[in-house]
Amino acid sequence: MKTFLEVIESGDVLLCDGAMGTELQCRGMSVGACPEEYNLTHPHIIQGIYKDYFEAGSDIVETNTFGANRSRLALHQLENRLVELCTKSVQLAREVCPDGCYVAGSMGPTGDIMEPFGPRTIQQAYDIFAEQAEALAEGGVDVIIVETMMAADEAAISIKAAKEKTGLPVAATMTFEPGKAGLRTVWGVNVQTAVQKLTDAGADIIGANCGRGFEDMIAIVQEMLPIKTLPIIAQPNAGIPKWVAGMSVYDETPEVIQPNVEQLLSLGVNILGGCCGTNPEHIKTMRKMVDWTNQSQKNS
Amino acid sequence: MSVRKAISAAALEHLLSELAVAVIEGNDEKSMELTNTLLNKNIAPKNILNKGLVVGMNEVGRRFRDNIIYVPEVFISARAMKRSLALLKPYLESSDIEAEGTCVIGTVKGDIHDVGKNIVAMMLSSSGFKVVDLGIDVSVDKFIGAVIKEKADIVGMSALLTTTMGYMSIIVERIKSEGLPVKTMVGGAPVSQKFAKEIGANSYASNAFQAVKEARLLLGLDSSDQSLT
Repeated sequence: MKTFLEVIESGDVLLCDGAMGTELQCRGMSVGACPEEYNLTHPHIIQGIYKDYFEAGSDIVETNTFGANRSRLALHQLENRLVELCTKSVQLAREVCPDGCYVAGSMGPTGDIMEPFGPRTIQQAYDIFAEQAEALAEGGVDVIIVETMMAADEAAISIKAAKEKTGLPVAATMTFEPGKAGLRTVWGVNVQTAVQKLTDAGADIIGANCGRGFEDMIAIVQEMLPIKTLPIIAQPNAGIPKWVAGMSVYDETPEVIQPNVEQLLSLGVNILGGCCGTNPEHIKTMRKMVDWTNQSQKNS
Repeated sequence: MSVRKAISAAALEHLLSELAVAVIEGNDEKSMELTNTLLNKNIAPKNILNKGLVVGMNEVGRRFRDNIIYVPEVFISARAMKRSLALLKPYLESSDIEAEGTCVIGTVKGDIHDVGKNIVAMMLSSSGFKVVDLGIDVSVDKFIGAVIKEKADIVGMSALLTTTMGYMSIIVERIKSEGLPVKTMVGGAPVSQKFAKEIGANSYASNAFQAVKEARLLLGLDSSDQSLT
């Protein structure tokens, strides 16, 4: 069997999953709960989400470990259960992962302000990311996705830690929003700088996630294309949430996203998925379109 | 305070604008040095604050709003402001720092993101508001308790997550059902004007600069046709 990176190099587009957080909310997670704790307290719900994504056609499912780093878990007094939370989350995914599919370990930001602007040193951040990456590797992930990064230094150190401590393939995404100075993270990192920093840090796959929706993601990928040397991952939100009858509702339904998905695929995105507001129905739609793309590539 | 004619009006203006620039550039050594210089020249601490530091922070807020600068630059500017303010504090009289109003602020329960909330808190306090920062993961009971204890004029709620923004509606409801005379303001990445309206909040701010503007409007310090810009 080909390795994860070999599959991508072969030119096949891989389909990642949709959201975890908003999906947990849809399945009854109470406001104020720690989503990562659900790996231990509600394993059937977490595994149900993984299973639904695999059944909808995801080639890759991300673990429910976005905030399972020491810094963020400490805010819920769960830092001493980090390894248990991470390995359990991976195990739940592995149990429902079909042959030929992959489990990706999700790693989000520490939430801390990095030096010289804040108290968190680069070395401390390295240790925090290394600890989580090792726990995910111990659980048996195939790849690590460091995601939703805002600060270039933090993104770079998370990639370095994951690469050095696990040797696994590492994909890295940052989150951009349009503004008067173009597409930037809230830390002010533009797309060009992001591509360079993530690449230099040793990522195997680079890209963007979250944000304001599929249309913005097209613009982001278009900015990446002329300068990138690595495969691209794109995981947009299903738009900006609206508040309807006590729930956040996303505009970009599976029907609405179709033309934009088509365009992302035609731009040559290597891994496609969704972030906040995307669900197994979005993945089903994307599956069909990814299949067409992969098929037409083989035929040409 | 006896006024020594140690400095001309033009020189004073120059020093104050240099101080504002030091804050804008986030040069804390320079801003502290200028603050000391101005204090040594017997300039009223209140004027050093309002005509130097606050002018600088207002410009920082404007540049942040206009995407000219981003979060890191705001942090270093705020650090320069804070360090200079610490030098002024012993000389400021209580009447100098009479607050425009009291804001209780926090990131709502379930959410631990505080970068945006901290910037709003910084901008509000540098604009003359007394800010009581409840931190992150703040429950409705904690918000209500603080509003009563501090006799707050405004309660500011922040959320970064789509999964936590709904908690704001719980807080707004409680404030209404308890009949507390406090205005509500919401903000955060997934929050919108429309959302604010839907949950019945009094005000929405998309950035820290706007938060100050909205806070002043809520308390009737400015009328809606007036602009801080």
